[in-house]
Amino acid sequence: MAVIEAKDLTKRFGEFTAVDGISFEVAPGESFGLLGPNGAGKSTTMRMIGGTGLRTSGSLSVLGMDPERQGPEVRASLGVVPQSDNLDTELLVRDNLIVYGRYFGLPMREVKAKTETLLEFAQLVEKANAKVDDLSGGMKRRLTIARALINDPSIILLDEPTTGLDPQARHILWDRLFRLKEQGVTLVVTTHFMDEAEQLCDRLVVMDQGRIVAEGSPAALIRQYSTREVTELRFGASRNEALLAELASLAVRAEALPDRVLLYSDDGEALLEEVNRRGLHPLTSLVRRSSLEDVFLRLTGRSLIE
Amino acid sequence: MKALKPRRFGWWYVAEWRLRGMRSYRWTILLMTLGNPVLYLAAMGIGLGALVRVDVAGVSYLHFVAPALLVSTTVAEGFNEASWPVMSGFRWQKFYLGMSATPLAPVQLAMGESVAVSLRLWVQSFTFWLIGLAFGAFDGLVSILIVPIAVGAAMATHAVVMAYVATIDNDVVMTFMYRMIMMPMFLFAGTFYPLETMPVFLQWIGWISPMWHGSQLARVVAIGLPEPGWLIACHVGFLAVWTIGGLLWARRTFTKRVVV
Ligand SMILES: Nc1ncnc2c1ncn2[C@@H]1O[C@H](COP(=O)(O)OP(=O)(O)OP(=O)(O)O)[C@@H](O)[C@H]1O
Ligand SMILES: [Mg+2]
Repeated sequence: MAVIEAKDLTKRFGEFTAVDGISFEVAPGESFGLLGPNGAGKSTTMRMIGGTGLRTSGSLSVLGMDPERQGPEVRASLGVVPQSDNLDTELLVRDNLIVYGRYFGLPMREVKAKTETLLEFAQLVEKANAKVDDLSGGMKRRLTIARALINDPSIILLDEPTTGLDPQARHILWDRLFRLKEQGVTLVVTTHFMDEAEQLCDRLVVMDQGRIVAEGSPAALIRQYSTREVTELRFGASRNEALLAELASLAVRAEALPDRVLLYSDDGEALLEEVNRRGLHPLTSLVRRSSLEDVFLRLTGRSLIE
Repeated sequence: MKALKPRRFGWWYVAEWRLRGMRSYRWTILLMTLGNPVLYLAAMGIGLGALVRVDVAGVSYLHFVAPALLVSTTVAEGFNEASWPVMSGFRWQKFYLGMSATPLAPVQLAMGESVAVSLRLWVQSFTFWLIGLAFGAFDGLVSILIVPIAVGAAMATHAVVMAYVATIDNDVVMTFMYRMIMMPMFLFAGTFYPLETMPVFLQWIGWISPMWHGSQLARVVAIGLPEPGWLIACHVGFLAVWTIGGLLWARRTFTKRVVV
């Protein structure tokens, strides 16, 4: 049975529709992604799952409960990492974890033991007695993530978990999330980062303007909406457009972005040779594998990172 | 996992958090708790009292003003604790939003605030009373009843201000509240002189402020101010209605702010 089940889920703010009739299911132990540009409705969806956002229509069940009616029960099993940190900056790092554990009704002794484990998990042992204000942005993020684990949640909602982390910290976090997943924890992740989605998500939905425009595993989505490889060419702003027609005839599909042309094919190197043979000589060129970025561009006509 | 304990005791977890947070401004609290009574009693009771030679309401000026000073300073602190910290929780640091992602219900945030602040104010007003005894400003043990009266008046103020602050989005309004509500209440609500000495068209400031109702009750127990029974009932009723009404209102405003 699905741990999260949304059907025609809709959220309006006045006249504006932020989430527009989306349906999805998340299986236990699955790692599920919500991918989309700014304003797609990802955070709004997350809030409805936690019961802190009221839906306008549709149905939503989390662990078999309605988060609007049984909010406390749903949230007791939820770990929430909000998009922007909302730590208590007047408390010490350690105390932030302790008070948070108490909100779940955990006994003080248990909370204290758990806090020490989580400080290690977040690599904040040395900072345990520092004020939150004295932490770097990345450290605050790690503390927020550690905080979300204090109740041993069975579902973790991560709203852009690694925004603001350096690459090393991101990889460490991904590793930790993998381990949680191995223990059977369900992850729901929103992100702008393609590599993050590809790394973390078993399955994802691509959202745009409140709607789901595609759904599947990262590999399946790439297979379905893109080719195996992409050749990126830069001719300089003025020539990109002019050459598009000729270039398009060489590839399965072509996209002109303001600064470069993307040519989709199954053999990028061969395509690049053909371009050079025709004397088109790009200023720079790059052959890479298709990513979710390309899927998104195909689906919405826009780049994901604006 | 069930949410039985948070559903029942969530308000206390919030209070625990709030009391822990007060540690970060514990020196300010200590300074206020000790400094307020000493300064006010010295300046108003003894300094001003030396000039006011006539009895007010049948007692010395020190005896007249001290119960109301205890009430007023406690109410002022209730006001403070309901303003900036609550604003910060919703707007600046947004820690209420973090708390709302746990089993806590919005009404428990408001209740926890209320409980923690009242605990702090019990200590503060009791200390004031002890210092007042040392100053000879209060006579007899029965005057200890000023303490619960002061806390009651402060919590009535706290509840209403907290509920209102949860609806506002900018600090200009808050500065305005200090200047236009807190200050006039302090000056014109019968703390320093009987309300009746003011022109009738200003007396309403007292009637609608918890500070005046609290001060009058405090004077009844401390100096035997002869208030008719119906008026005493009015004072108590006013404070009760403000406290309960404030908390009910806070339940609405906190919920609206947290659940969108
Ligand atoms: N409380 C609110 N009142 C009015 N509009 C809102 C509110 N919250 C969100 N919106 C609007 O709903 C839309 C979706 O917002 P949401 O935060 O869910 O987007 P998102 O996908 O999380 O974007 P981002 O990647 O920027 O975080 C946006 O257009 C936003 O302006
Ligand atoms: Mg968002």
